[in-house]
Amino acid sequence: MPTKVEKDAVTGTETTGHEWDGIKELNTPLPTWWVYVLYASIAWSIGLFIVYPSFPGITGYFSGVVGYSAREELADKMRVAENIKAPFLDRIRATSLDEIRATPDLLGYAVAGGRVAFAENCAGCHQAGGAGAKGYPSLADDDWLWGGKLSDIEKTIRTGIRGTHPDTRTSLMPRFGTDGILDRRQIDDVAEFVLSLTTRPADPAAVERGRAVFVENCASCHGERGTGLREFGAPSLADKVWVFGGDKPSIVRSIAEGRGGVMPAWNDRLDPAVIKMLTLYVHTLGGGE
Amino acid sequence: MPLDDGSVASFYATRKKVYPKSVAGLYRRLKWALLVLFLGIYYLVPWIRWDRGPGAPDQAVLLDLPGRRAYFFWIEIWPQEVYYLSGLLILGAVGLFLATSLLGRIWCGYACPQTVWTDLFMWVERLIEGDRTERMRLDRLPMSAGKALRKAAKHAAWLAIAAATGGAWVFYFVDAPTEIRSIFTGRSSLEVYFFIGLFTATTYLLAGWAREQVCTYMCPWPRFQAAMLDVHSLVVTYRDWRGEPRGKHKQGETWEGRGDCVDCRACVAVCPTGIDIRDGQQLECIGCGLCIDACDEIMLRVGRPQKLIAFDTLANLQAAAVKDKAPYRLVRPRTALYAGLLVLVAGVMAFGLAFRSTVELTVLRDRSPLFVPLADGAIRNGYTVKVLNKTRSNEHYTLVVEGISGARLTVVGDGEVGADGTDAVLDVKPDAVGTFRVTVRAERKVLSGESTPIRFRIAGTASNAVQSSIFMGPKP
Repeated sequence: MPTKVEKDAVTGTETTGHEWDGIKELNTPLPTWWVYVLYASIAWSIGLFIVYPSFPGITGYFSGVVGYSAREELADKMRVAENIKAPFLDRIRATSLDEIRATPDLLGYAVAGGRVAFAENCAGCHQAGGAGAKGYPSLADDDWLWGGKLSDIEKTIRTGIRGTHPDTRTSLMPRFGTDGILDRRQIDDVAEFVLSLTTRPADPAAVERGRAVFVENCASCHGERGTGLREFGAPSLADKVWVFGGDKPSIVRSIAEGRGGVMPAWNDRLDPAVIKMLTLYVHTLGGGE
Repeated sequence: MPLDDGSVASFYATRKKVYPKSVAGLYRRLKWALLVLFLGIYYLVPWIRWDRGPGAPDQAVLLDLPGRRAYFFWIEIWPQEVYYLSGLLILGAVGLFLATSLLGRIWCGYACPQTVWTDLFMWVERLIEGDRTERMRLDRLPMSAGKALRKAAKHAAWLAIAAATGGAWVFYFVDAPTEIRSIFTGRSSLEVYFFIGLFTATTYLLAGWAREQVCTYMCPWPRFQAAMLDVHSLVVTYRDWRGEPRGKHKQGETWEGRGDCVDCRACVAVCPTGIDIRDGQQLECIGCGLCIDACDEIMLRVGRPQKLIAFDTLANLQAAAVKDKAPYRLVRPRTALYAGLLVLVAGVMAFGLAFRSTVELTVLRDRSPLFVPLADGAIRNGYTVKVLNKTRSNEHYTLVVEGISGARLTVVGDGEVGADGTDAVLDVKPDAVGTFRVTVRAERKVLSGESTPIRFRIAGTASNAVQSSIFMGPKP
């Protein structure tokens, strides 16, 4: 309350009684109902304390009279979401990949679901959007080690590559240098020959020597012309996509030490419907055959 | 702490209840006419029908929130075109500025919903409880059966009007004829009842109880409208040069040496915010001009010229004090600026609406991978293309890619690619957005560095169905 009440001579308004260096504060009062709104807000907040979980206790907390729980609300919402998803997943399980591809609404659902599953399970190695990285093949280009048809992709995801699944895709690139199959000179010649396959500058004499070594040691998997063989997951050496690098030092290292990426089998980890959705998603990344 | 007169000072002021007296006159008639007009618009607009063909709503004005469409007669707005709403709000704001700088607070006095509904509620109050003096007497009387009955009747009438207000509000968001049936049969959604309840409560409280308190304490507009006013704006003014010195006047007395104001306080009695206009310009004044009507009536009776209180400019008021006249200046830098802005924004909106295309194109570049080197050395980029079909029929659009020589289009999934690979036909359902994954392939040698401009276009449409993007490649 004001300590001293008086009227300001100029305006005729009451002062609050507060004075600083001869300047007095005018009292321009708020409407009383404004204060009642504040009191009502305080009363309302007490209500919230009673209705919702609030006070902490020694062993727990006061859970409120309506028993609200944010966790339960989340669980309920997740259950609702699962119920919405269930019919789609059932249909995807019961439908072949080619049929799903021909059914627009199912395909749209599968690709969207596949995108999420890919980000959760695959993007760690293959990168977002299947961009790939050194040693991890790009899934968005038109070059496939083990095949880019729907059925090929589905089998790769299900059984993995060089994995533990009995039907896993497997092959072995020998360690030509480490195991002493070829000597330094021969490895260098083969590398020169491989460079020439993609019409890059190479030493002609070394290429000729390398050709003979290639036919004897490499052609059984990579083919006479180095075009690769999908049965063995042997990459084409005549195209411009290189999983482990296409410069000469990388090629020499691949020949000397061998290569063989490993991909886990996902059949035990993912639901068949999820594997189907992943297959369709990867197929739409741009390289699907 | 008691004051000299024994009252106690407080930081909180009790509301002084205002009992506005009924008044007749030009401005009162104008207010009634505008009230009928605005309430008529508000209640009737949702019932206007507008045929848009099968499958489309036939309500002329409809904000279909779940359907993500807004309909205004022949105009249909998609959420992507929310800038039309922004334009409308800018028009409203600039229009308000212009009107205020020219005519003072006519918005507050005549058009503001708070004023319109308060006026309506006061009219109801007057019908049930009588005019100013009867109402004051009724409030002073102890509670009796008759008083309780009158008060109950008033609040019941107010609540009925408030409910009708809230009810009409929801019709702007749903189909009115179907919704009105389900509202009364209890089959409407919880949201509908919630909003009816909300607007019923706010209308009842704001127009019935809060009234001038809304303008004085809650509304920001009275605080900053002073920025739009200057000495050339028309405002409700008391011509003190004519009125002062004021005093009671008996019939037959001379008017020499005194002002025209007979201090009858008629202007105060009719004021809906309970102020005395003779104190000069005040924040509480909503510029409704009812005090002008009241004063004119008195002036007529005492035989003095009317318009002792009038819409006038402060410049003229100052000039008149020294027997001069200040012409009303309509064109001032301020009004010219507001009018110019108004015309500009309205023009831009009219242009946008007149040339609004029925198809729109959006192109989103893949963020990963940035680009894909292909087996033969070419480079491929991926794009998500969205085509908005705003027509009511199934459309086939031809997507063309331009800017990179020899670029080839592929549509993942459905979509027919032309023979030379530079265009693709995309089917989009009526009133829908078609989403397509499109890849573009180009030879490395035609690219200019890491980023090459590329353009997507829907063949044969207006300029807004073009989207620029970039085509990324490896470092050369």
